[in-house]
Amino acid sequence: MYRYVLKRLMLMIVIIICSAIVAFTLMYLAPGDPARLQLGQGISQAVLEARRHELGIDRPYIVQLATYLYNAFVRFDFGTSWQYGVSVMEELLSRLPRTLMIGIPAMILNVTIGTIMGVIAAIHEGKWQDSSLMLLAMVLVSAPDFWVALMLIILFCVKLNWLPSYGIDSLKSYVLPIICSALPVIAVNARQARSSMLEVIRADFITTARAKGQKSGTIIRKHMFPNALMPIITGIAGGLSKTVAGSPVIETVFSIPGVGAFLLTGVNYRDRPIVCGCVIFFALFTSIVVLLMDLCYAFLDPRIKAQYSK
Amino acid sequence: MRFLTQESKRNIRNEVAMEAEMKLKVKQSSLFADFSRRMVKGWSSKLGFILFVFIVLACLIGPLLSPYRVNEIFLDQINASPSAAHWFGCDSMGRDLLTRILYGGRYSLNLGLSAALLSALVGSTFGLVAGYFGSAVDGFIMRFMDVWSALPGMLLCILVSAFLGAGFYSTVIALTVGNIPYVARMIRGQVLSERTKEYMEAAKTINCSKLSILFTHLLPNTVQPVIITTTMAIGGTISMAASLSFIGLGIQPPTPEWGALLADGRAYIRVFPHLIMFPGIAIALTVLSLNLLGDGLRNALDPKLRD
Repeated sequence: MYRYVLKRLMLMIVIIICSAIVAFTLMYLAPGDPARLQLGQGISQAVLEARRHELGIDRPYIVQLATYLYNAFVRFDFGTSWQYGVSVMEELLSRLPRTLMIGIPAMILNVTIGTIMGVIAAIHEGKWQDSSLMLLAMVLVSAPDFWVALMLIILFCVKLNWLPSYGIDSLKSYVLPIICSALPVIAVNARQARSSMLEVIRADFITTARAKGQKSGTIIRKHMFPNALMPIITGIAGGLSKTVAGSPVIETVFSIPGVGAFLLTGVNYRDRPIVCGCVIFFALFTSIVVLLMDLCYAFLDPRIKAQYSK
Repeated sequence: MRFLTQESKRNIRNEVAMEAEMKLKVKQSSLFADFSRRMVKGWSSKLGFILFVFIVLACLIGPLLSPYRVNEIFLDQINASPSAAHWFGCDSMGRDLLTRILYGGRYSLNLGLSAALLSALVGSTFGLVAGYFGSAVDGFIMRFMDVWSALPGMLLCILVSAFLGAGFYSTVIALTVGNIPYVARMIRGQVLSERTKEYMEAAKTINCSKLSILFTHLLPNTVQPVIITTTMAIGGTISMAASLSFIGLGIQPPTPEWGALLADGRAYIRVFPHLIMFPGIAIALTVLSLNLLGDGLRNALDPKLRD
């Protein structure tokens, strides 16, 4: 088990370093001169050269890459933003709580509501509850999240004036972003929960439980649900990383200064330290979530645990 | 004795006839027949198909039938609400919104189709090769895919489209890059489960070349999930393309791609909500139709559900 975790951690580090290299290279090759974007048009060549030298982007690619990797992974220093001159690490840490303020409640929402929807649909397979819930899930998964966000802004902020449409002034400002991030994932989780419940419903041990004369509520709680739990847990991991990945769009719609919006700023200004810092953060976050879910799997399912300990 | 022989002969003849009849029956419910019957039976796939065909036709023919040109400006109709002359109203520059949505649909559908097909092509090649050759090749390709998908699809799209710049082809590539690892993983899984089946053994026994096994035996048997995923992916890709254009990457205004239309209308959200509503409904309906179609395909192709 420990060897497995160790192996996964090693792989994780390699993956994160690789994604940093990919992000660095893409931004290195991206068109647009960061110095010119920063200083604006009509600047003399000499000033531009000086600025380039200051930023260190006049050195060869491999030197820049090696310096960056050394700073990022050995000294844990993601550099300073070219555009704003702030430390990327500090900025990331101050923005992280805002992104998580959306991501974690959205995850809790989508897991609970999604699972309940899926279980209800599975129990009533083929009846109206099933088809209406699944149609609802289909509609939710089809509507683009940023458009739903805009429509909700029109409804709750413009027409009803209940909630603020942008910023992070109060907890109320997080309500709409959380709902908008959760909705599409709720639908995915509902479909997942339904299909994994349906696989269990036809199992022999359910027939046995019925034959014993157990109440259907008990069967659902004690026999079906625990056995259908595994794919639902995968849904948690997928949901959380999907929410965080969608953060650039949702944070743009609601003008929330989170990590996703930070990434977009970096992309727009060709600000390589910001982009690479955000990419490392996102890769780290996704890998940790996936690893934790795999470990949960192992702890919950004795069959998988037995496999790892071999 | 003679009588008995005749009797048994007749029995045998009957058996042969019955067997032939059985064969005929089996043939009658062939894969395709079964598939089309189930496709037609499911209401969701029917609805999805009709809706999708309607949208495609509307985007192809609509702009030709419209009395307005895409970039025709009516200065007296700036931000006009829906009316008899302009069914969906006009945008912030006084252009007919319906015409723009229909014309922009060509871009959106094209983006979705090309990116989904391209990623299906590249992804399934990776998956096929990884799953079929196994061991070192598999290890290498799958670790490569691990790195590739360490960043969630949307973020990868953002990075790649920042690198390639705005425009149709760079957006197609950005969207494709984001999708490939998922297709590859799925096809690999499918290949791994097909590999151990008898027909693969048989193909090897009669000395088929590796390429012919890969493409004439393995590919047709793994193609079903590819079709389903690709259908679903078209919808997902359209929506992703719209998000990209919305945050300022991807397709830029004045090209009336649906996401770009939404980005255009966003500034007027408080006063002219129709600029946001209609392009979004277009995206949602298209994605919905493709999802319904994909769902119907899944049900029709899934051998476990076949009755």
